[in-house]
Amino acid sequence: MAEHRKILSNRFDVEDAWTLPVAERHGAYRLARKAVTAMTPEAIRDEVRAANVRGRGGAGFPAGVKWGFLPKDADTVYLVINADEGEPGTFKDRQIMEKDPHRLIEGCICAMWAIGAHVTYIYVRCELVKSIRRLEAAIEEARNKGYLGRRPFGKDYPMEVHVHPGAGAYICGEETALLNSLEGKRGEPRLKPPFPAVEGAFGKPTIVNNVETIASVPDILEMGGKAWSDISLLPESFRDGGTRLYGVSGHVKNPGVFEAPVGITLRELIYDLGGGMLHDDRPLKGVIPGGSSTPVLHPDHVVHAPAETDPLHPWHGKSHLDVPMGVDPMRGIGTMLGTCCAIVMDSSVNMAEAARNLMKFYKHESCGQCTPCREGCGWLVDVLERIARGEGVREDVDLLVDISNNMMGNTICALADGTAMPMLAFIQKYPEDFIAAIERGLGAHTRLDASDASGASGASGRAA
Amino acid sequence: MVFSLSDEMEKVVDELIARYPTRRAACIPVLHLCQEREGWVSPGVIDYVAGRLDMSTAQVQGVVTFYTMYQKEPVAPNVIWVCRTLSCDLRGGRSIQEHLERRLGCSAGGTSADGKVTLLKAECLASCGTAPMLQLNDEFHEDLDVAKLDALLDGLGVAPLPSAPRAVKAPASEPPPRAASEAPPRMASERPVAVPRPAAIAHREEEE
Repeated sequence: MAEHRKILSNRFDVEDAWTLPVAERHGAYRLARKAVTAMTPEAIRDEVRAANVRGRGGAGFPAGVKWGFLPKDADTVYLVINADEGEPGTFKDRQIMEKDPHRLIEGCICAMWAIGAHVTYIYVRCELVKSIRRLEAAIEEARNKGYLGRRPFGKDYPMEVHVHPGAGAYICGEETALLNSLEGKRGEPRLKPPFPAVEGAFGKPTIVNNVETIASVPDILEMGGKAWSDISLLPESFRDGGTRLYGVSGHVKNPGVFEAPVGITLRELIYDLGGGMLHDDRPLKGVIPGGSSTPVLHPDHVVHAPAETDPLHPWHGKSHLDVPMGVDPMRGIGTMLGTCCAIVMDSSVNMAEAARNLMKFYKHESCGQCTPCREGCGWLVDVLERIARGEGVREDVDLLVDISNNMMGNTICALADGTAMPMLAFIQKYPEDFIAAIERGLGAHTRLDASDASGASGASGRAA
Repeated sequence: MVFSLSDEMEKVVDELIARYPTRRAACIPVLHLCQEREGWVSPGVIDYVAGRLDMSTAQVQGVVTFYTMYQKEPVAPNVIWVCRTLSCDLRGGRSIQEHLERRLGCSAGGTSADGKVTLLKAECLASCGTAPMLQLNDEFHEDLDVAKLDALLDGLGVAPLPSAPRAVKAPASEPPPRAASEAPPRMASERPVAVPRPAAIAHREEEE
């Protein structure tokens, strides 16, 4: 694939870029100054809308549109940054917070000015101690320099940024659960409507955006929304613009986070950026494209879009691996782009075991508010455990499907859907693994780390 | 059982409260601050936070029980969270947990017999590109292998494994040489070390 100029991550490799003097030498806060002193809030909102930035947290909602939902006459507006990065397979926002926290703070300043907010809360999961420390130090530096506080950049418009730690709950990545957690409550999602833009933190209109989304705002202002949007490899009609962070983990030679334009393919992510499969003799069996809640893709499955009016028609007949990674193309092939961080699994993986691993995660993380999710996640695990013990029956496959179907759409938030969808995909795409597991069980021989160089007896063997 | 903070820490609590439009919003950060001092969220901590933030003890208790990172029972001075979600398991997370259990002589959810380390299983810690990994207190340890893990445990003063694991019946004549860093062969059971867990924390982890 073509070499891509680093924009969002251009300070990642700069030594000490998390300190203000170094970040500033490499361009930080120029755009915040320009935004606050020389741009109107409307002008910033127009650029963000023109940038076609689809939310980087997983749902892919257009950020510019979200900002437009704020009531015009609100007296108090909050900006809340979702830094509760916890979707299994996802580790990109951490890179921004650890390596370039000033980019996020600069984005917060631009966004607060644009939406009429004076306070930002960055909700960081408490396990990310380094991110929290770097952010707090950076906020202090910015405040001392007069970029935050009573008169940022000399403008009579007070702005503050606070870090709010989580306490270990995946569900707090759901924006209304996050708001409850911010208010000092249990992180249980709220019924919607009202949506946060109307009634969010402390009952006030609130915009909740992902770390990467807000960190992109300075670049959008620097390049202009249209030019930033045009970095994307997708046709303009997809309205999915810009550059973004891709993650890849699992069975690849070179796992990590990489910046690339929107719309590279999974094949490029796995074989170019990710360095290819970990073992040359173990081909790709499946890939979860964007965090564990996105349904797994099978490399042999092809796009079916014979109608010329179908947006996916240009990829008709091609492997799912060759579809551009955009919000709508991924939805079109029955999965989601999610957080854009892929988990790669080779031929050594038994998909019933992979499903068991993930369903245990969801059982642990269901907040327990809604019966279909609380009970459903538990039942999925119970059935998968029974299968693993070798006590499964043929009907268990139907039972897993039935439970999943009864979870979807029946709960307050999307956790149940994010559990049921991947469960169904594992069964639909790898039925043979489930049938075999039912016949023979998943004994100690079925280990997910079978591809590990030192095998079951040792730990990781990283490819050279 | 009364919990209190120093005057200096009380000022920090005041600063935390001032960040939010409601006192209650400071609940999560103040609980963290108290846990750092007390080692766990004791009943005294719950009473203190409730009084300080104008909450009922039931409300504070509700928060404490919702979140994983609040310790509801005393733990060892060192806490290891070993990640067992998919990306880590694909790269050896389970082997890391098994080696930890062997060296510590306790299952996940338990505390080592020497009282130095509590071992807990974690869900995804956003470190998938450097799997397998664990969190020791505040620090992430990534790209782990047995040698790195042994060095880490040696640094905590955890006793090394006996050179030949007891569970393996070696031939009487010529016991196979086995380096300390080399793990014993896989056991038949999924849980290689069956050590009774302290009753107080046995309920935390039910499997593997």
